[in-house]
Amino acid sequence: MSTPIVPSFDDAAGSGRKLAIICSKGNLDMAYPGLILANAALGEGVETHLFFTFWGFDIINKATMGDLKFTFVGNTAMHMPGHNSGIHHMLGALPGATAGATAMMKKMIADLDVPEVPEFLELLTASGCHMWACRMSADMNKLTEDDLYDGVEAIISASDFIEITDGAQLLFI
Amino acid sequence: MPVTTIAGREIDVDAEGFLTKPEQWDEALAETLAANIGITLTDAHWVPIHFLRKDFETQKETATLRRVSTVGGIPVKELFALFPGKPAKKMSYIAGLQKPKGCV
Repeated sequence: MSTPIVPSFDDAAGSGRKLAIICSKGNLDMAYPGLILANAALGEGVETHLFFTFWGFDIINKATMGDLKFTFVGNTAMHMPGHNSGIHHMLGALPGATAGATAMMKKMIADLDVPEVPEFLELLTASGCHMWACRMSADMNKLTEDDLYDGVEAIISASDFIEITDGAQLLFI
Repeated sequence: MPVTTIAGREIDVDAEGFLTKPEQWDEALAETLAANIGITLTDAHWVPIHFLRKDFETQKETATLRRVSTVGGIPVKELFALFPGKPAKKMSYIAGLQKPKGCV
């Protein structure tokens, strides 16, 4: 009798694969790539670390995490997803344009059943994600661990992060 | 698509081994599928498996991990504990379904 065809679910942890993502941007559309990739990696059994730095701090700052924005301003390549025609980026500077674009983007994300940022962080925590906050960004923003999303393990220095992610594949977003 | 023998039955699978004909699945087969990937099914395992089967009937596609959690009401943490490493893929394999297509 031949061996049945069985998917190989070899544990990625066993193979030592590790992923580190540096989240450095606080725009709504720049927050999601890191969160989605982290979620995908965790679902594949990969040990995953997120390091939030500079404007990426807004993703884990309790005061801002639910209110990230999407804007046309300053990006000449910008258009709404699903629309090929660009909008002149200067129009994005008109009052209300950023709020409108943000609302539209949030609706598109919700329609795909992808959670908002705070709920997404909860999902990652439940999946075993390691989250770290940048020491320099915390100092610049005068924030402490109490101001940050509870799933953040600690505020650490850049060298701590380099040490923790020894051997990891690294993404900078 | 290949045909493989599982629990003495001819089963249609894809190149990886996921079932391509969900109607060939039954609970007895699930026990063997689970054993194939080193899992012994308990009552707790059956809850998400039954949810996946029921959800597939109406959605015609495999629920993602998030859907099993939000619609099926089973915490993500529990799913990782029941199906270690790759919960979404392991659950769908045991439930005789394709792996989920959604990103989240």
